[in-house]
Amino acid sequence: MTPPRDVAVVAYARTDHQGPAEGLSEAEALLPVLHDALAQAGLAPGEADFTCSGSSDYLAGRPFSFTLTLDAVGAWPPIAESHVEMDGAWALYEAWVKILTGRADTALVYAHGKPSAGDPRDVLTRTLDPYYVAPLWPEPASLAALQARALADAGHTGEPPGPTPGPPAVTDGAAAVVLAAGDAARRMCARPAWIRGADHRVEPHALGLRDLTDSPSTRLAAERAGAFRAPVDTAELHAPFAAQEAVLRRALRLDDTVTVNPSGDAAADPLMVTGLIRLGEAAARIHRGASDRALAHATSGPCLQHNLVAVLEGDA
Amino acid sequence: MSREPVAVVGIGQTHHAAARRDVSIAGLVREAALRALEDAALTWADIEAVVIGKAPDFFEGVMTPELYLAEALGAAGKPLTRVHTAGSVGGSTALVAADLVAARVHRTVLTVAFEKQSESNAMWGLSLPVPFQQPLLAGAGGFFAPHVRAYIRRTGAPSSTGTLVAYKDRRNALKNPYAHLHEHGITLEKVRSSPMLWDPVRYSETCPSSDGACAMVLTDRTGAARAPAPPAWLHGGAMRSEPTLFAGKDFVSPRAGRDCAADVYRQAGITDPRREIDAVEMYVPFSWYEPMWLENLGFAAEGDGWKLTEAGVTELDGALPVNPSGGVLSTNPIGASGMLRFAEAALQVRGRAGEHQVPDARRALGHAYGGGAQFFSMWLVAGSPPVT
Repeated sequence: MTPPRDVAVVAYARTDHQGPAEGLSEAEALLPVLHDALAQAGLAPGEADFTCSGSSDYLAGRPFSFTLTLDAVGAWPPIAESHVEMDGAWALYEAWVKILTGRADTALVYAHGKPSAGDPRDVLTRTLDPYYVAPLWPEPASLAALQARALADAGHTGEPPGPTPGPPAVTDGAAAVVLAAGDAARRMCARPAWIRGADHRVEPHALGLRDLTDSPSTRLAAERAGAFRAPVDTAELHAPFAAQEAVLRRALRLDDTVTVNPSGDAAADPLMVTGLIRLGEAAARIHRGASDRALAHATSGPCLQHNLVAVLEGDA
Repeated sequence: MSREPVAVVGIGQTHHAAARRDVSIAGLVREAALRALEDAALTWADIEAVVIGKAPDFFEGVMTPELYLAEALGAAGKPLTRVHTAGSVGGSTALVAADLVAARVHRTVLTVAFEKQSESNAMWGLSLPVPFQQPLLAGAGGFFAPHVRAYIRRTGAPSSTGTLVAYKDRRNALKNPYAHLHEHGITLEKVRSSPMLWDPVRYSETCPSSDGACAMVLTDRTGAARAPAPPAWLHGGAMRSEPTLFAGKDFVSPRAGRDCAADVYRQAGITDPRREIDAVEMYVPFSWYEPMWLENLGFAAEGDGWKLTEAGVTELDGALPVNPSGGVLSTNPIGASGMLRFAEAALQVRGRAGEHQVPDARRALGHAYGGGAQFFSMWLVAGSPPVT
């Protein structure tokens, strides 16, 4: 679809350390990031028309973990606010839709993850089918190894897979983005990163029902987001394991002319924040004139089960 | 800019019980979704996107369960969104789905909310580990009872009010075949003499723990025109949040609730909610929250909410029926409880609420709240489309 309204990413901030944030609560990790993003946009705390966040109780190890981070947002007087139990990329999608309805002109989007509160290798097995798969406790790296094997068998990767790929890095952190529509976006940002399209699609959960060498949900989301209407110069891909990048590159038809993940290795970013970081990094590249048309991708679930694609453009 | 009017054309819910051992989690959500599709005379292929909500994942012990539920919800190849805004989530989920239609991103959307509390222990699932809160604050009753006591002290409400609400809601539930509790022998005296759990909240004034799910099909004007039964039309919807604890927070009548209602009324053109709204489904997990929310939502002046309850105004045959379905006091699959309020409001204005139908209900309010009385979601639905 063509969005009925021009909406742009106008500000982006993230925590920049690697590893666990010892001694910092999620609210404490989030506060400077929110401050940075709001300052870039010239917004006071609580001033955005809509606020939406993404996080996971299971990573924090406590229910309603997101409620405590409201303390960092400045939700007084009360704010129009929502939360997805997903990567922050999906919070951005919800906020984008809210602005498209016309009920908001600006939105603050943030995500936070503190995987160091537990062992993500165990915790992430709890996202699997609770009756048939989760009882086996297969960690993400084991499932990714199945995918790497399938890719090698299909001849999509040059060499047979090596040892089981390493587990995702345990990094705590947060990121925030400000969205704004039309003239508000132009006031807030010299070169807004306009969201030309965004879409997300999910695939069946059971690995046996999927072709692990392909990502039809990524391809469909990209089509719906208008990614194939014109070439992109930049792609920020969320591939938790290295072999998955090859799957995404093919699904998105990215050739060697496209700069992929100039921001660094997505696997090193905090869980539940990584997708939002991809969107933010793609936008920031447009903000500083290093890209004119960028694709950002986020994923969720085992072996790229659920994928989101957004296309961002700067004015010529 | 113009928004697409949003219509509710399909509503489904499961039969609720303390433990639905006859179905898996997938079977539970599917039961509600299939009933909603049947009501709308649609199939899975007609659904463009799915928005699902539930309260904390610890309640079932499944992290981000929407991934596992993708196929059960017919979502493969479609967008699937998972909302979690604490107890208000059932309402918020419906509003997130409605935005997809209003923004013309999708034409027909399925929205589902569920909780299968029997998979785990909700009281401990709700309790933050030490040191995040005091060890004796386990569960919701211990958290909310002090705020009820504050309400009683502030308003001078008689102790009978809480009992009357519970007696009414449990009797209303007898008319609702989907309700969890069907207490056929209920009497006022039985409620009054039930054990005290968290003073002043008695056992019979407390919501049960339920397994259950609710689903709705939301669509645009074209979809509504094709619907086999009259739709409910969305006239106003809003969410508001405030922090859990801060100096000056009013737990009895949180400002986020008042602001949320004011936003919904403004969107819907309501200036006198007491006169212009015909039925209310509000989130009352402990009986005393009926008079508290009557004031917070503008149906009664501050301090007067209990007088409406005492005068029978909120009875099914009263001037402002509250929770004709039996409410959260009779059925509480936590993550779905908010959507059940929204769905029951829609059933009322569609004239499809069966034995608990409020005669000639034209406008109805659905209300949900969550967290430490800090997250609010509401919608106002009507039998006629909004003027655009």
